[in-house]
Amino acid sequence: MRAETGARLDAPRARLALLLLLAPAVVWLAGLIVLPHLELAVLSLRARVTPGVYEFSFNQYRTFVDEPLYWHTFVRTAGISILATASTLLIAFPAAWYIAKIVRGRAQSVLLVLCLIPFWVSETVRTLGWMILLRESGVLPRLLVDLGITAVPVEMLYHDATILVGLVYTSMLFMVVPLVSALESLDDSLIEAAYDLGGNGWSILWNIVVPHAAPGIVAGSIVVFMLTIGNYLTPTLLGGKNSLWFTEQIYTQFITRFNWEQGAAFGFLLLILSTAIVWVGLKLTRQSFGDVMRRA
Amino acid sequence: MIPSLPRSSLQRYTTAGFVAAFFVFLFVPLLVVAVFAFNNANYPAPPWRGFTLDWFFGGGARVGLFADVPLLKSVWTSVVVAAWVTLLSVAVGTANAFLLERAQFRGKSALSLLMLAPLVIPGVILGISILAFASRLAQFAGDMWDVELDFLRPGLPLVVAGQFAYIVSIATLTIAARLKRFDVTLEEAAFNLGASRSGAFWTVTLPYLKPALIGAAAISFLMSFENFNTTLMLVGSDPPLTVMMYGRMREGASPVLNAVSLFLMVASALIALVLLRRPRASGA
Repeated sequence: MRAETGARLDAPRARLALLLLLAPAVVWLAGLIVLPHLELAVLSLRARVTPGVYEFSFNQYRTFVDEPLYWHTFVRTAGISILATASTLLIAFPAAWYIAKIVRGRAQSVLLVLCLIPFWVSETVRTLGWMILLRESGVLPRLLVDLGITAVPVEMLYHDATILVGLVYTSMLFMVVPLVSALESLDDSLIEAAYDLGGNGWSILWNIVVPHAAPGIVAGSIVVFMLTIGNYLTPTLLGGKNSLWFTEQIYTQFITRFNWEQGAAFGFLLLILSTAIVWVGLKLTRQSFGDVMRRA
Repeated sequence: MIPSLPRSSLQRYTTAGFVAAFFVFLFVPLLVVAVFAFNNANYPAPPWRGFTLDWFFGGGARVGLFADVPLLKSVWTSVVVAAWVTLLSVAVGTANAFLLERAQFRGKSALSLLMLAPLVIPGVILGISILAFASRLAQFAGDMWDVELDFLRPGLPLVVAGQFAYIVSIATLTIAARLKRFDVTLEEAAFNLGASRSGAFWTVTLPYLKPALIGAAAISFLMSFENFNTTLMLVGSDPPLTVMMYGRMREGASPVLNAVSLFLMVASALIALVLLRRPRASGA
């Protein structure tokens, strides 16, 4: 491409044009991504000796290992995030199947748009909705009393299950969209052929549909996992004081206690965990990062 | 399975039932937010006590949305921040798109991968890293030249920087995807007809990119307006709407939050409609 457009420019001007195009990208990536993360790494690996004097140390990481609360929270956050990702996939898959394969024409695009609409609205608003639905004086506990299922309103907020519901809800779009586009590209005649050859529902799903949709499943799962593990709003509001979410620890150290060294170490641990799981997911399914991000 | 295969009616009803439940799940939280904006009670909770517009226009004991100065101010703060983020993201995203699609240089593939990295960094970490780095810069400037650089302290300039840091990745992807499909011979034709490089860019290339630019702008604005994680770490004394709402929700919200949420829903739906009328332009 450039051989044609570039041929019109003499070499120094082409270099200048390239530098001008590179400048904003370099300022952005160096100034807001690379250097800040190096700063975070440096912060996490130093200890204060006297005011203004620091030395290299693993103290912050040792605190993380020694203090059960911290690594419990860490493991718990990872566990709930994996569970939330799996639940999102299980709920989104049939819905995506319905949209991609069963409805046709106008109804199909209408349903897809209906899926998108809630996610154009701020996560704060969606969480407010769940709080109104689930708190002790809220809609659902009241409904349960009216139906005679419980005698008094039960508090449905501040449980792990509440956090899970909130996380699944808030991630749904990022699973449905890649799944729908992966399933749409699956030729119906393949399913018909499998059926004619004696396949039943499960064997067709497992041998034909899942392998075909794998890129969409992986893309959706990776995005949902990353959003979930980095989420702060949903766990703290729906989980209350019991949420024990790792981003909350980072916030507490950084903003409340002003212990930046410890907060930086926690931030790095979360970054490593999130990157590691994404990497394992990509390796297991032999996909490239760039493709997955573009798909999502 | 698919309609061309025989399905039992039980199967058909289960599928339809599941999909119906799925959409109820999606919309019930939004519905209750909207409904309780009109409930004549001091707390957004059942039972229904009759219809009121107090939470929009109330000015006395019940402070409605249009009398709630801090809340309105936070909406305005969000709009200003989102406008800056949109402007910067679309401008830099366009430059990046040309860099990725038109230029050849060493390290290009590494750079294009690095451009996607902000999308996998959790927002909280993006926030604290920029906070720490900006604070180091401010301290350095203070020590070296004895100047106080206020924009490097927590506040709106840092919020804009933090949101821009990852939203520009999305803008880049959106604009690059459309630029990739551009037929370069159109530019060649413009040159042959005597256009200068900038003439061809403004009259041929840019109009072609317009749908992607609009799409990228709408997405950037929305993502900035809704951002919470990164913003929370970088915010100073004037909170944008999401941070303001979060603070009030922790204290136990009054229905004025439902009222402002209803406005957000209507605004988002309008933006969505505008985008969807240009099919596949946004690529998102």
